[in-house]
Amino acid sequence: MMVFATLTIILVLLLIIASIIYKGLPALSWDMISQTPKGGYYFGKGGGILNAIIGSVYLSFGATFLALIVGLPVALYMNVFLVKHKKTVHALRFILDILWGIPSIVYGALGFIFMIWLGLKTSLLAGIITVTILIIPIMIRSMDEALKFVPRGLFESALSLGSTRSEISFKVFLRQCIPGIITAILLSFGRAIGDAAAVLFTTGYTDNIQGSLSHPAATLPLAIFFQLGSPVPEVKERAYASAMVLIMIILIISIAARIFSQKYYKDKIKF
Amino acid sequence: MEPSGKIKIQNLNLFIGKQQILKNINAEIPENKITVILGPSGCGKTTLLKTLNRLTDLYENIKISGTVEMGNEDILHTKTDITKIRRKMGLVSQRPYPLPMSIYGNIAYGLKISGHTKKQFLDEKVEYYLKVTHLWEEVKDRLKQPASALSVGQQQRLCLARGLAVDPEIILADEPASALDPVSSMAIEELFTELKSWYTIVVVTHILRQAKRIADHVIFMYLGEVIEQGPAGEFFENPKMEKTKAYIKGAFN
Repeated sequence: MMVFATLTIILVLLLIIASIIYKGLPALSWDMISQTPKGGYYFGKGGGILNAIIGSVYLSFGATFLALIVGLPVALYMNVFLVKHKKTVHALRFILDILWGIPSIVYGALGFIFMIWLGLKTSLLAGIITVTILIIPIMIRSMDEALKFVPRGLFESALSLGSTRSEISFKVFLRQCIPGIITAILLSFGRAIGDAAAVLFTTGYTDNIQGSLSHPAATLPLAIFFQLGSPVPEVKERAYASAMVLIMIILIISIAARIFSQKYYKDKIKF
Repeated sequence: MEPSGKIKIQNLNLFIGKQQILKNINAEIPENKITVILGPSGCGKTTLLKTLNRLTDLYENIKISGTVEMGNEDILHTKTDITKIRRKMGLVSQRPYPLPMSIYGNIAYGLKISGHTKKQFLDEKVEYYLKVTHLWEEVKDRLKQPASALSVGQQQRLCLARGLAVDPEIILADEPASALDPVSSMAIEELFTELKSWYTIVVVTHILRQAKRIADHVIFMYLGEVIEQGPAGEFFENPKMEKTKAYIKGAFN
């Protein structure tokens, strides 16, 4: 059973990576990741997707950063300050799970409604805000999953040393859960960089390199979408190459984060 | 002369939901002695211990009435910042819970949060308390290593050292030897006996032999009530209550 489960997971992963590499590798070139689309790019002319790479990096870093700033204190508060209020915490978890499950197109539509009300145009900022709202539940809930396993005994020990609840949050819970919190950040980042529906109406698209928060921004998922929709076979190949770039970015960030959290793995107490 | 009570517990009742865990507890904990709270599992010993420094704050649906006095202060109803009161009581739990940091960091933690930042001061204190708990020789060359690398017995002594470093008046120990091997467990008992000249020590245990070895004063509990309390000699040699006699004979556990 275990072998079967392991094989299934590995097989799915290999299938995705292999098919993307098979289709995309021929189209992947230095030009592709170092240039913006030239005129007629979508009909097979020269250029690349640098606009989408930069747009996606701005968007996902911005949204992940904002979601972290909001999410971390909430997750800590739920587990350190609300420890006595189990019912409230259960209710919060339930609501967050619902929010997590709402399809991203709904968040996109919601962002769009707000933009109309406020008279905003599609822009990087609108995209960042929409994606932040999309990933906040993911951020909080997955941090919460790590934090809720901090044993009560560690909490009591820290209290008995005269710690305040804030000290317990940031000096004990946070340290103990750094690996889990990094996973939560990665999960949110992956969702932020990979989501197409939330940015479709809010962020727009541009063939230029991002200059400001108030301008529309290109994103990789939409770049893939547009290229895949092209009737020209070479452009379709570029869609798979773009997918490779997207996966590479996620991979690089994941590995960097793991290396960073190595030190804290050692400090983490195994109970 | 019997020394003055360090902690006075009066008419203490504690409910979790509708279940009464502690029933009208009246007890005194004498200064600079080892008081053992003895009794079978589930009799409320640990709850009583946790009430002393209000760790009960962490639990849902708890209702407490009565008073726990230390000095002239009622710990249960005081307006004083509870963290200050907790700092006066070091906790040693059933199994060690080192903080997720280095050996050095574990001891320095309590000092740092109470405002000490000078490296020299911290170094001195870390060395001093590791020596008090006889850990220094074992760990002096690897202070920067994570505390999780130590054995359970060493971790338990580290937790005691960490508690002592914040300069408490009282040590609360909840079955401190239950997760330890016999050697480490004896080391902890010996430490308590050495430390009692400076600290008031409260030890919860259900192990009769351990109680006999270390106790100066005994509070015997059964089903949430205090059945009998008094100096250890009298308690073990000449128990007054039938329940106590039966327990000491080993009729129930």
